[in-house]
This record gives sequence, C-alpha cells and structure tokens, in this order.
Amino acid sequence: MASTAHTEVKGDNFHVTEEPHHEGHSTVIGFWIFLMQDMLLFCGLFAIFAWLGGHYANGPAPLDDGTGQPLFHLTPVAINTVIMMVSAFTCSMGMVNIRKENVGAALRFFGITALLGLGFLFMQYREAVNMAAVGATIQTSAFLASFFVIIFTHCLHVIAGLVWFVVLAVQINLHGLDDANERRAVCFSMFWNFLDITWVIVFVFVYLMGVLK
Amino acid sequence: MKLHHFYALLPLAAILAGCNAVELNPSGDVAVQERDLILYATELMLIVILPVAFLTTLFAWHYRHDNKSARYEPEWHHSTPLEVVVWGIPIIIIAVMSVTTWKTAHTLDPYAPITRLGPDQPVPPGTKPLVIQVVALDWKWLFIYPEQGIATVNEVAAPINQPIEFRLTADRTQNSLNIPAIAGQVYAMPTMETELHAVVNKVGEYRGKSSRFSGTGFSEMHFWFHGLSTEDFGKWVAQVKTAGGTLDTATYQQLQVQSVSEPVHRYGSVDPQLYKLAVDQCVGKPGNLCLSTIRANDFKKGNGLCRPNVSASN
Amino acid sequence: MSPDTPHLDPIFGRLTLDAIPFQEPILLGTFAVVVLLGIVVVGVVAYFNAWGYLWREWITSVDHKKIGIMYIILAIVMLVRGLADAVMMRLQQAMAFNGADGYLPAHHYDQIFTAHGTIMIFFVATPLIVGVMNFVVPLQIGARDVAFPFLNNIGFWLTTMAAMLVNLSLFVGEFSQAGWVGEPPLSGLADLPGVGVDYYLWALQISGVATIIGGINLLATIMRMRAPGMTFMRMSIFTWSSLCVNALIVLSFPFLTIAVSLLTLDRLIGTHFFTLDAGGNPMAYVNLVWVWGHPEVYILVLPALGLYSEFVATFCSKRLFGYNSMVVALVSICVIGFIVWVHHFFTMGSGASVNAFFGIATACVAIPTGVKVYNWLFTMYRGRIRFEVPMMWTISFMFVFLLGGLTGVLNSIPAADYVLHNGMMVVAHFHNVAIGAITFAMLAAIDYWFPKAFGFRLEPFWGKVAVWSWTIGFFVAWMPIYVAGFVGVTRRTRVFDDPSLQPLYIIAAIGTAIILVGVVAFLIQIYVSIVNRKALRDVTGDPWGGRTLEWSIASPAPDYNFAFTPVVHDVDAWADMKARGYKRPTEGFKAIHMPKNTATGIIASILVFIFAFAVIWYMWWVAAISFLLLLGVLIGHTFIYDRSFHIPEDVVTRTENERTRLLAQQG
Repeated sequence: MASTAHTEVKGDNFHVTEEPHHEGHSTVIGFWIFLMQDMLLFCGLFAIFAWLGGHYANGPAPLDDGTGQPLFHLTPVAINTVIMMVSAFTCSMGMVNIRKENVGAALRFFGITALLGLGFLFMQYREAVNMAAVGATIQTSAFLASFFVIIFTHCLHVIAGLVWFVVLAVQINLHGLDDANERRAVCFSMFWNFLDITWVIVFVFVYLMGVLK
Repeated sequence: MKLHHFYALLPLAAILAGCNAVELNPSGDVAVQERDLILYATELMLIVILPVAFLTTLFAWHYRHDNKSARYEPEWHHSTPLEVVVWGIPIIIIAVMSVTTWKTAHTLDPYAPITRLGPDQPVPPGTKPLVIQVVALDWKWLFIYPEQGIATVNEVAAPINQPIEFRLTADRTQNSLNIPAIAGQVYAMPTMETELHAVVNKVGEYRGKSSRFSGTGFSEMHFWFHGLSTEDFGKWVAQVKTAGGTLDTATYQQLQVQSVSEPVHRYGSVDPQLYKLAVDQCVGKPGNLCLSTIRANDFKKGNGLCRPNVSASN
Repeated sequence: MSPDTPHLDPIFGRLTLDAIPFQEPILLGTFAVVVLLGIVVVGVVAYFNAWGYLWREWITSVDHKKIGIMYIILAIVMLVRGLADAVMMRLQQAMAFNGADGYLPAHHYDQIFTAHGTIMIFFVATPLIVGVMNFVVPLQIGARDVAFPFLNNIGFWLTTMAAMLVNLSLFVGEFSQAGWVGEPPLSGLADLPGVGVDYYLWALQISGVATIIGGINLLATIMRMRAPGMTFMRMSIFTWSSLCVNALIVLSFPFLTIAVSLLTLDRLIGTHFFTLDAGGNPMAYVNLVWVWGHPEVYILVLPALGLYSEFVATFCSKRLFGYNSMVVALVSICVIGFIVWVHHFFTMGSGASVNAFFGIATACVAIPTGVKVYNWLFTMYRGRIRFEVPMMWTISFMFVFLLGGLTGVLNSIPAADYVLHNGMMVVAHFHNVAIGAITFAMLAAIDYWFPKAFGFRLEPFWGKVAVWSWTIGFFVAWMPIYVAGFVGVTRRTRVFDDPSLQPLYIIAAIGTAIILVGVVAFLIQIYVSIVNRKALRDVTGDPWGGRTLEWSIASPAPDYNFAFTPVVHDVDAWADMKARGYKRPTEGFKAIHMPKNTATGIIASILVFIFAFAVIWYMWWVAAISFLLLLGVLIGHTFIYDRSFHIPEDVVTRTENERTRLLAQQG
C-alpha cells in the first residue's frame, strides 16, 4: 500500500482490483513516532537539568553531599550502564530469535533482559536510598528535583518494560507467535533499545558531566 | 505628530477622540519613539494590506457566479511571474521591517541608558540619571530613591528632562512596571533585577500600573507618576522627607503582607541596604539564606555542565 | 500532598462540603441549568430507548467519522460554556467604572478569564480541529479508517473527561486563577494553595496526552494509508495542513507534558522546579510552556488555513492557485513556529539582540502567510465564485485575517511590544485570529461537510445570518478593544480607574451580544435543517461540485467509506475523475474488512477521570484503586485479539444499490 502510493499509476483505472490489507501495517511506524516524542520528553527534562542542575540551594552537590563525600558514586552507575548495555544485547538476541520464529529461545533472551532490568532497578533503588540517607531527596533542591525526575522517569520506563515483558510472555504462550504478537515483540525490543540509549545519555550527561570539575 | 502619520491614523483618530489615548500621544521621548515605530510599521503593512483588501473585493464581485461575462479558466493554477511577486512582496516588506526591528531593539532597549531627551536633543554631558529602585509587592508598588534617601508606596515623581533609571525587582509575584505616557514596560520579577531607562519631557500627572496579572489585587495596583519641574521635584523630595517615617526591614515586612488598594505611603528615610536585600529575597532572614550567598556557594560547588549565573542577581 | 496540610480526612482528603459554592448564586443557577439539561437529555434518550444505540453506534465506535462528529459536538458544548465566560467578563468590564466594583469579585473574575482561555484553546479549538481532521482526512486520502482506531476512540474520551474535569470545578471546589498558561510563581502552592490550579493541571495533562495520541494516529494514517497513486504532492492542502499540524503536535506537546508534570510535582510533593526558594526558577516553566505554546498557535491556525484552501478552490470551481507554494508555505510556518517562542516575553529582560532575533523570526511567519493570502486571491481570479455559506465565511475571513496579520506583525517588533505587551491590543490580536481564522473556518467546515456526515445540507438562510452576525459582531466587539490597547489598557483588569474607557467597553459588550446572535443563528440553522431534512437531502453525494475524494461517495458516507479503494491520478482526484468521465461501479462488491468497536476507551477514560479527581482532592485510596483498575483495563485490552470483522458482501451490495437507485431517481 505504502509502496504503491509512491509509484506512478497510469491509465483510467480509478479503483484498485486487490483491496489492501491494513491491519497492523502502521504499528511499527506509529510506535516509532511515539518513541520520538518520548525522546523529546527526555530532551525537555535534560534541558531543565541543564538549567537547574547547578542550583544546590546550600544542599548536596554531585561532588559534595554536605559531609565532604561525593554524592554521585560512579562505580554503581557504571555497573548499571553495563547492565543496560548487556540487556540491550540480550533483547536484540531475543529479537533475532523472534525473526527465526524460535519462540523458546526468544522468550529466554527476553527473560534475561527483564532480569537485568530488575537488577538495574535494584541498583537505582539503592542509590536513591543512599542519597536519602544524607538528606538528598527530590524535595531538597532544584538540582535534586531535576536529577531525580530524570532518574524516576527512566525507571518508570524500565518498570513499564518489565510489565510489558510479562504480558508479552503470557500472550505468546497463549497465542503463539502470530502476526500481532510478532509486532508486539518488535515494538518491545524497540522500546528496550530506546531505554538503553536514553540511559547512556543520562550516564554521560547527568553523572559524568556532573562530576567533571 | 508628523503629517503622514496623521493620515494613516485618520480612522483611528475618529474613535479615539473621546479617549485619553496616552500611547498615541505620549509625554516621554522613549514612548514617542515607540509610538512612531508602531505607526511606521502600520504604514508599511498597509502597503500590502490595502491592495489585497481591494483586490479581494474586486475579484469577489467581478468573478461572481452569475457574471457570465467574466473570464473563467478552471485549469489556470500556475504563473511563474505571479509566484515571484507573491513571494517577493512579503519578503521585501519583512526584510525592510527587520532592519527597523533590529535597530529599534537596540536603540529602545530598556536596559540601554538614555542618550537623548528628544529629537536632536542629546543628553547634556555629565548628566547623571535619577535612580529609582522599584519593588513590586502584593499588591502595591514600592519606590525607593537611594540618592535622595526617601521611599514611597503607590506614588512616584521625577523631574522632567532628566534621564530616569528604574531598577526593578519583586517580592513574590511577577508584575510589570508600566507608565504608558513615558516608556514601555519591563517586568519586575522576584529573585531578579531588571532595568528600565526612560525620560519624561512634559510636566503632568501620568497613570502607572502593573501590566502583568499577579492575582487578586492586580486591577487596583495603579499609581500616579508626577512629572515635575526640577524645582518642584526638589520641593516634593523635601515634602516626603518631612513626612517622616523610616522604611526599614520591619516596615518592609509589613508591606510584604498582601493588601488591595493600598493608599500612598511616604517614608522620609530608607535603610540603604533594603533594596539589595529585597532582590536577594532575604529581608529579615539570616545572611546564609540570601540568594547571592546561596548562588556563590553553588558556584563554588559548580559542576562542568552549568555554572549558576551569579551575575543574574547583581 | 503539600507537606503543611494538617488534618487530612483519610476518606475524603481535602474535599469537604465547603467545596460546594452554596454562597455563589451565579454558580448555583448554572448548576441548576446543567442539571435540568442533563435530565432533559437523559429523558430524551430514555424516551426513545436509545441507550443501546448510543452505546453501540457512538460511545464504543471506532469509526473515524463518528469520533470526528463527537469531537465537534464536545467542542460546541464547550463553546457555549466559554462564551458564557466571555459574556460575564464583558459585562463586568462594562460595569466596573467610576469606583463601581462590578458584580464579580476578583476571586471569581480571575477564575472566569482563566477558564475562558483554557476552555477555548483546549476544549473548543483543539477538539474542533481534531474532529474535522478526523472526519475529513481519511476520506480525502481514500482510506476506510485511521491507522489506530482504538487510540482514536480513547483520545476522544480522554479529551471529554478532561473537559468534564474543568466543568466539575465549577461546582466542586474552584478553578485556577493564574491565567490560561498558569505561569508560576503565581500558580505555585505558595500563592494559590487551593484545588483550582490542580484542576487546571490535570485537565491540561489529560487533554495533552489525548492530543499526542491523536497526533501520532493521524500522522501514521497520512503517512501509511493514502490511496494508491496519492503521492505527497497529490494530497489536498487540508491533508497537507493536517500532516504539518500533527507533526507539530508530536514535536511540541511533550514540552507541555513536562511543564505541567513538573508544576504538578511542585504542588503535590513539594519539589522545587519553579518555586522561588531552594534553587527553583519560574522562568524555566515560562520557557517550557511557550516552547509548546507558540507551536500550539500554529497547530490551531494551520488546519484553518488548509480549510480555506479547500473552500476557495471548490466554490470558485477552479484549481487552487500555486499548490506547490501553498505546501512550501505550510511547511515553513511549521519550522519557523519553533523559533519564535521568546516573543511571548520580550519584556522579561532578555538582551536586545535576543529580542531582535526572535522578533524578526516572528515577522518571518508573515511571509508564507502572506503567500497563502495571495494564492487564495489568485484562485478567485478567473473563477466562478458561488457564494454558498462556506465561501461567505472565507471572504469574511480574508478581511478579518488581514487585520489580524497587521496587528500580529506589530506585536512581533520588540520595541513596539514594550508598549503593547499584555495590553488589550494583544488580546484583540489573538481573538482576531482565533475568531476570524479558526472559528470561522470551523463553522464553515461544519457547513461544508455536514451533508457528508448526515446526508442533508444545512439550510443556508440561517447560515448567512450567522456569517453576518459573527462578522459584524467581531468588528463591533474587537475594534474598541484594539482602541483600548492603543489607549494603554491592560488585559485581565477587573476594575478601571479611567472613566473615559467606559464607552469602549460598552460597545465591546454590544459586539459580544451580536456574536451571540451568530451562535444562536447557527444553532437555529441546525434545528431548522433537521426539521427540513427531506427537502435538503443530498442525493448526489457531491452537493458543492467538490474536488476531493470524499465527494465521490454517498452522503452520508457509508461505514466503509469507499466500496472500492480509489486510485488517484491528480491533485484534485475527484475533479479529475469527473473530468475524465468516471463511471461509478455498480456491481462486483466484496466484503470489507473493518475494525471492531471497543468499550475500553470509555472505561479507561472514566478511570482516568476518577484518578485525577482523587489526586486533586488528596483521596489517595481512590487514586490507588482507580490507577490499578486502569492498568488492569489497559492490559486486559491487549488480550483482545479479535479486533476486526467483515462488513458482508450483501450489506455492501445493498448499500451501494440503494445509492444507484437514488442517483437514477435524480436523473
């Protein structure tokens, strides 16, 4: 349909002879547009962080949490980044197996992806708890508000991804890998890769640049 | 008013006859230039608009359905020369106007000190502007004269033909200082200081107000601006001084309480630090809570991404 | 929850009986009228026993035409509400002189102008354009539905629930008093601790999400579902403007989402994004909201410009002049629209060069806009102009729009803006465009596509009365406001200290009454047309001598739109088909694959409504339950795999044979 739209149709035929079948053929492009607007949402949050990220209001700063210790600990964050990267890899492996219609392997790879996601969330939770212990919460200052809102928004996406994985696994078990489920798997992997890219930007933009003197 | 301006305004003038059209008949040089700019831009636009309005009428009449004698070419939809004209005219007009836009954005920049008192009338060398510090409170205006050491609420005066330098800030809500007869407006915003340079050329009483909606008492947040001769201004200052009363931290905190239709207050003396503290948002607070201190601390701890803008406060 | 809220009721949060404005007679009266109207509507539905019909054919429908119509009905209902606000403001401003306080206290007046702006932008203009796009675009591109029919349904119901939230604030609690963009610090918890701003924020948030959903949907539809042969450069100009607008929606609405979310966080959990203390900066909100807000202006006006292009070509019986120029103009307005937002705050102390840049960028919008006006003009040139109601709206628009363009350019000059900013001149300018361009276009669109929706034309006499009343009313209502702007009157002023202004405001109030006559004439027009629907029946399906594909099918359009998907050879596909002796096929029909209705949209939207209401009033347990239910409903929806059905061959054949019979009768 889309391919015929761009080719010249000649003659006096005013109707198609074969009716196009539309169901699901726009899903991927629609989801892609959704991810682009989601990316803009993160861009806006980054812009707010760029603006307010230096407003510590006598409170904790990336290199000084008030006790002289740094607030940002790069090691756990780096581990998290590795977790995210690996999960993107396993997610892509899952996708490869979907393409091969190798359902069991695909679900195993997606399962590993989800477990890595869980690990990521745990690390994020630990970081937030540690920060709260030195009085660095989302209410403390504009810096921490704009920091946490990025982190939480990203975590919400990860949680959504986990829920999605569970639902998808159930659905593939129920219906097998039909057209609809395959589309969903494609969108899921697009979503997870989007999360991964966003995290890398968060890592560089928020953490690395935060501790650079 | 120049003659050609008058013609452009003829229809408006008829409506305006009964009104007190200060923006079209200002008493300060800045406002006069801003008015001339508006008239100039209007005339420039009319070059396009009048012919289009005329052609619309003409075409709508001539090509009406029952006029079978009019030419009818249902497939005619392109003409390169016309397309050039169609794009060319707006581009030329906007280009011409952009030059004016750029120039006036700089000459009439509210932050730029006054260089002339009127056409061909430069500011005499050595003239110092009259500094008036303005704090917008909920819902009243506080004017502080640091050099004269006096302050007023909801009343302001200045001598004619002397540049005025308004320095503006606000306590909580944003407001906009607007005295249409002498100059355009600039916002007064909490945690920040903005500037407005103006001059008044004629003796008179002019309306001033807030042009930025700021809540319940906004509509009543107006005041009179007295344009006085230099001599009368001196008398006015002396009068305020004898009125007694001191504007200090305690009085300011009373003013911070929300009130509607606040009457005029006069203070014969002023705490010289008060305005700075008001900008710093720390009247009656310990020094470490002053914005400038916080910002300086932020700067010390600043990261590589964005250094807090220390100069914004001062 | 705000940290300093003391004893919060565990069940009702901060909702108490005090929230119901018993002491305000105006509100109680309104409430009585709303209840009465509600009873009448329910009574009529019950009398005709139409519950099942409504549920099957409308509420759960995923048909883009029906959803479009429902959007427009929502907009008209909200237009009445917004106009009531306008009339109240005009009365107040006409009365409050010489020390008189008028009849509205500040608390009430400030809510009214905030509600007026919010409603007119989010719940009148936006649903109108979304509704018209929804109805028209799939028909113009030769499609049978949109790309995501379910999203279309849920988008509509979310918009409706957001509108209901605004309406509910009238009777339970209060509405925001911080203006339609709700800029902090005024909209912060410190200045407005009540529920008003929260109602505002949640209404915006929900309608913003709904708009994004709709934007993605129509973007995918236009990109993927055009009929064979319809290249981008063969789409109608209205479809082009829809493409641009939906791209703008997807690009700009995320910023509204952020602005609104962060302000909600500030108010709900005590963060410091836009507060004055702890490092927050209100300017961050101002920038975010206008990065969305200015493109939003073009989101509203571009479809209108697209519509006029359709009307001019159709009613001049002539191909549109300069199609390529029109497309270039549309796209350039979109691009420039993103680099002009600072012109909303020239007076906030940005540097002279920054102001000059944004001022010139703004003025540049006048170039493509000017081109469009010229192109309409040259489309009229050597045409055969039929003054049907939509064309009358178009001509009226061209005059009103010239004035709006002039004053828009004036406002774009920073040094002029220092005088005009926040003045009545600005108010007059954007009403000039909002009424003269957007509203006129939408009323014309309703007139134009009404036969396609319902099978009969609207009676022209009352339509013409509406055109004249709106046009004259516009000038009478807004010329005095322009003058007030030049006199230096500030917007949102409740009482005046300068008595010489009163005549202006009295004239403006009279103008508003004339516009009101126009609205009534429009409603009468619909009523009279329904009564005379037999005489006004459109049998041909092409009552105006149309040029685009929607006129090739029956009126009202059948559920499946096109019995056969059309093949397109030229810009004005239907005009081309007619010119080349097109013969409508009368046999060989096949079953048609269509999406199934779904109840998920309305159920989920009601849950969203309950969630928002609960959060506004701090009823946490209700919020938690409704959120979990919402999650369950949405996940449950993904387990429905059977989402389509076939309209059987004999139904298609019967429908098309009926059309053949009617056309034959017509001769």
